[in-house]
Amino acid sequence: MPISRPTDVTATLDALAASPDADLLAGGTDLVVEVNLDRRRPEHVIALRRVTELAGHDTTDGRLRLGANVTYSEVEHDLAQLVPGLAMAARTVGSPQIRNAGTLGGNLGTASPAGDTLPWLLAMDAEVELASPEGDRSVPLANFLTGPKSTARRPAELITGVRLPRVEGPQHVSKIGPRNAMVISVACFAIVLDTTNRRVRTGMGAVGPTVLRSPDAERAVTQALDWDALTCPEDAIDAFGRACAEATAPITDHRSSAEYRRHAVGVLARRALRRCLST
Amino acid sequence: MSTGTEVRPGTRSGLGQSVRRPDGTPKVTGTFAFSSDLFARGMLWGRTLRSPHPAARIRSIDTSIAERMPGVASVLTARDVPGRPTYGLEHADQPVFASETVRFQGEPIAVVAAEHPELALRAVAAIEVDYEVVTPLTDAEAAIGAAPIHPDGNVFRHLHLRHGDLDAVGAVSVEGSYEVGMQDQAFLGPESGLAIPVDDGGVELFISTQWLHVDRDQVAACLGLPPERVHLTLSGIGGAFGAREDVSLQVHVCLLALRTGRPVKMLYSREESFHGHVHRHPARLWYRHHADPDGRLVKVEARIVLDGGAYASSSTAVIGNAVCFAAGPYRVPNADVDGWAVRTNNPPCGAMRGFGAVQVCFGHEAQMDRLAAALAMDPVELRLRNALAPGDELPTGQVITGTAPVREVIEAAMALEPPPLAATDPPADGTMDLPGGAGLTATRADVVRGTGLAVGFKNLMYSEGFDDASTANVRVELDHRGEPLATVHCAAAEVGQGFVTLAQQIVRSVLGVEQVALRPADTTIGSAGSTSASRQTWMSGGAVELACLAVAEALAERAGYGGGAPDEVLDLDVVELLREGPIDRTRAHHHPPTEPLDEDGQGDAHVSFAFAAHRAVVDVDPELGLVKVRHIATGQDVGRALNPQAVIGQIEGGIAQGLGLAVMEEMLLEDGRLRNPSFTDYLIPTALDMPPVTATLIEQPEPGAPFGAKGVGEPPTISSTPAIVAAIRAATGLELPRIPVRPEHIALAEA
Repeated sequence: MPISRPTDVTATLDALAASPDADLLAGGTDLVVEVNLDRRRPEHVIALRRVTELAGHDTTDGRLRLGANVTYSEVEHDLAQLVPGLAMAARTVGSPQIRNAGTLGGNLGTASPAGDTLPWLLAMDAEVELASPEGDRSVPLANFLTGPKSTARRPAELITGVRLPRVEGPQHVSKIGPRNAMVISVACFAIVLDTTNRRVRTGMGAVGPTVLRSPDAERAVTQALDWDALTCPEDAIDAFGRACAEATAPITDHRSSAEYRRHAVGVLARRALRRCLST
Repeated sequence: MSTGTEVRPGTRSGLGQSVRRPDGTPKVTGTFAFSSDLFARGMLWGRTLRSPHPAARIRSIDTSIAERMPGVASVLTARDVPGRPTYGLEHADQPVFASETVRFQGEPIAVVAAEHPELALRAVAAIEVDYEVVTPLTDAEAAIGAAPIHPDGNVFRHLHLRHGDLDAVGAVSVEGSYEVGMQDQAFLGPESGLAIPVDDGGVELFISTQWLHVDRDQVAACLGLPPERVHLTLSGIGGAFGAREDVSLQVHVCLLALRTGRPVKMLYSREESFHGHVHRHPARLWYRHHADPDGRLVKVEARIVLDGGAYASSSTAVIGNAVCFAAGPYRVPNADVDGWAVRTNNPPCGAMRGFGAVQVCFGHEAQMDRLAAALAMDPVELRLRNALAPGDELPTGQVITGTAPVREVIEAAMALEPPPLAATDPPADGTMDLPGGAGLTATRADVVRGTGLAVGFKNLMYSEGFDDASTANVRVELDHRGEPLATVHCAAAEVGQGFVTLAQQIVRSVLGVEQVALRPADTTIGSAGSTSASRQTWMSGGAVELACLAVAEALAERAGYGGGAPDEVLDLDVVELLREGPIDRTRAHHHPPTEPLDEDGQGDAHVSFAFAAHRAVVDVDPELGLVKVRHIATGQDVGRALNPQAVIGQIEGGIAQGLGLAVMEEMLLEDGRLRNPSFTDYLIPTALDMPPVTATLIEQPEPGAPFGAKGVGEPPTISSTPAIVAAIRAATGLELPRIPVRPEHIALAEA
């Protein structure tokens, strides 16, 4: 099995053009598991760790760009001030060893409905950067995620990073699993009280075929909030939780039931909002 | 905790001291050789083809394509088994390979040996099996009366214990039904072994197992070889907990080695491991407890149905234990306990830490709390009032002649305050110590606290007439520097419990020889019995002691003390005496005989009993159903702590396994198919789930036990589970009749 180890995006795209079916390897926390379980037998692997443009982060024009190779550990430890919600989400991923290996690009590329960073990225209207021989493009995350483990990435394209606006305001990410750490999400909720634009941003994970948001719930609570005092009437908080739960389309599987997921995400929504308000 | 008592004060690293494990540093630093690290020059890799169906008839098996693949050395099916076609711990009812009938998902159909593990995998995929899929029998209760799915029938054992006046009734009675899910031992080191053909036509097998000799006998029978031509050596074991009592790949890998004439290694993947060993029996329990108005138990009625899965394994002994200990460690004058272990098309179940006592403890302890509520009595007081004591009679009619510090373990557990926790003080927001942990799902205001107590017990050693003796050899000589060196040879399987440390401690304390080496455990010496039933300290520890005493006697004779005076050996000039040459003694140790249970479940079936109590403090987020166990206090009856640190290790590890069963560990089955055969989805507790443990060791030396010590491995797993569930009930007011308790059981019950 050939393994390409390009060091820049151009070489990566060349390798991808030569083998469009190649498996892209970043941290390996999804790919290697599938190989070990004999569910996938790569014919060709393109290893991305050496691609310099995929590393690190930068801010331009009030927007933040996170490279596809940024690991969960980097987010958790180095970017906690810059993207606090994402850092909370990153902390819930696996064990420290997994967080040292796994990457944002991998979370985006795998596109699991339970992907831990995706709810917060969705709340932030993140855009996925894709490079290809035809040129670069950005796709809003909501359009990028087309279904369970399926994305709008074309075979010749490479996820190079993710871009998001810089906003002020409190935020929180909470995730439920039937164990206190190292667990796949059965429900996840991300909220950002975007005081810059005075709007509530949300994202919900593991409660639908892809991560979801409830525009109705966001709109209603955005209107109900007192943005100067950062307070919200109790009934509006409760209504927000209910509206978020109603916007979900969860499944029952061996990890949880649809009923529990829907219930839980509503509770998380209400609590996360309350956490972000002034007490 | 206790610091233990030195058996011979002044002996360095002897009994009663927290001596470090000889294999501790290698294991922590990654240099310890586990069985998965085994390697032989020119070895082939073996791989198993397993049935994807829980129940099927096999119309045909075509191995021709696989056999012709380059690099494939051998493909074997049932027709290649030269000896007995079946094996089993107590009843040989399990085929080495399924040939006509598949009875559980994952049942082996064929094995392949190839030059590379990947080739073996591909060859397995190339074997064509034509299955006629059959509707699986998966309901244990229904299996009792259903058409047999095996020539030996669907009931492994039906045991109906009747004791005292069956018509007796109490002024107060409570009734409840309970359910226990299927737990897995979830050891970290998957099944692995290396078989090497021997010139005499026999085979040498390096294997991780709990009992070398019973493996040898089963392997030899299936290979059609006399046992002396099958030689087993223990390899490094990454956990066992009962899952290595049964044969897994032993016969397969030896068959491949003999057929190919080359060394063959097998190593299960994690998913295969879940299919490749037995699990803890799921249970359905019904109870009715009767008590007088003072809370004295009048009668316990119970019905227990254990799902043994497709093959017998140790089901007959597990249901024996479940019935014997169904009422818990209490004085019960009258009892009617109806127990069944049955065959289904679910995965086979057998031994797991706690062995039948775990399932019933969840039931009897829930009942004791229910009874306390009905009597408006403190549940601790109710237990104390009924606590077994020496001289009391069990529902089997057996009188407890040894120690039974039930009151003491309860009082000890209740006396241990959870130091960092004020009763109304969940941790601060934003920490991961709240329920939900790293997920940051709760604030302090969302959390309620509960406390629960549970008490349990079980037998030590094998029961019902089984003579599970152990053999040990001790040799003393002068090493190359002229220093005394003792070497212990014993077939006891070191599965992590610390027998290797204990054997050294015994030699040091009894013989005063500090330098103690251990020969590998193998079948060139007599059987040591299984590393299970909390028995190796008693049985093999006893055998090592007897061998040491025999050596001491020989030394004393050399010194001119006629009759031998072992106590004086420490005063002898051992170096001088050993100049005449080494001394080598082998001794076997038997426990006092027990008797089978009669048709009413009566008889002196057990050697000794060990007791423990656990008090759990849990924080629950009722709205989300998430649980964080904050503290476990335990009092445990240990007889004597021969290595206090090792005892604490067993207590902490056993509690972790009990916690797992309480709130997360379950093999999820759907129509006989396992839905979560991975550590992604079969969840075991992490460091964030495991609370601090405070333990008091109750040291009352057990008469007849070597050094007065009781086995300590199993009791921590028995009552920790019901203590945690009792605490969740206390916090939520819910009944929670099933374990593991899942978030939806709490959150949606409330909604």
